Amino acid sequence: MLGRMGDAIALGGAEVDITVNGHPETVPHGTTVADLVRAWCPSPDGVAVACNRAVVPKSEWSSRPLAARDRVEIVTAAAGG
Amino acid sequence: MTRAHEPLVVAGCEVSSRLVIGTGGLPSLDVLDAVVAASGASLATVAVRRVDPAARGGILDVLAARHVDVLPNTAGCFTADEAVLTAKLAREAFGTDWVKLEVIGDEDTLLPDALELLDAAEQLCDQGFVVLPYTNDDPVLARRLEQAGCAAVMPLGSPIGSGLGIRNPHNIALMVEQSSVPVILDAGIGTASDAALAMELGCAAVMVASAITRSREPARMARAFRAAVEAGYDARLAGRIPRRYRARASSPTEGRPDL
Repeated sequence: MLGRMGDAIALGGAEVDITVNGHPETVPHGTTVADLVRAWCPSPDGVAVACNRAVVPKSEWSSRPLAARDRVEIVTAAAGG
Repeated sequence: MTRAHEPLVVAGCEVSSRLVIGTGGLPSLDVLDAVVAASGASLATVAVRRVDPAARGGILDVLAARHVDVLPNTAGCFTADEAVLTAKLAREAFGTDWVKLEVIGDEDTLLPDALELLDAAEQLCDQGFVVLPYTNDDPVLARRLEQAGCAAVMPLGSPIGSGLGIRNPHNIALMVEQSSVPVILDAGIGTASDAALAMELGCAAVMVASAITRSREPARMARAFRAAVEAGYDARLAGRIPRRYRARASSPTEGRPDL
């Protein structure tokens, strides 16, 4: 899923271990929230992100690097009453 | 003179249909589309859940194509903090500050936790959200929610998905009488006549999910609910006759032939 990010590893960056929607993930150092959303979602429309129980506004996605042990939740609409 | 049909107004916004639908429990997006069309609804609830990386196209596209506004809910939240964060995520994801606030206190009955609900409502109202709280059929709690700044109150008829109808019509009537924000009957509706009763009691709108989505023919049931809500609304405005202990003839007694 994170194939595009794998390229960054060749550049020598360290990796960080995070949790995305309950799954452990290892991403290259410098990976941003925007990179993560691109890897996880076909489109950023209708999507929101929380990092460590705080909303990360869309305007900050590309400037927000992920840090070790970040717990990221990427959510969208689902059928519901 | 007949009073014209007046639109529902929530937080200064016209909501063209008094039937609000839930989108959970349908087998496919095609059925959802048929339900939305048949219901005439202009507002539909959605839940906030983790993305499914495999999913293509979705519920938001179906609603947008039918010009139905999204009302995100906080279903599944058990604390005020969870609900507030969910509402903030919904605002970010869907670009709406409207939220159907649910804070559940019990897994078996899915009844609201009054204290957490009021706490969350106060926080969200302070932060500029248009809050529509799913609440117990408790007129006092409804008053507190209104005082907190909620744009409507959404009392349950009976537990979510139970289909038990309106168990305490008197409390609903009391809430309608005292409330200066719309009272939207939510939860427990089993069939169309329950929705008509809610409107006859003076509710401003009815929210229906399971009774439509889990029926044998969801689109047909959606049509039934649309008619029931309109019928109940008209009946309320027209004014029901008083209940009497004994009969009162509707045919004149004068001019009766001596047979």
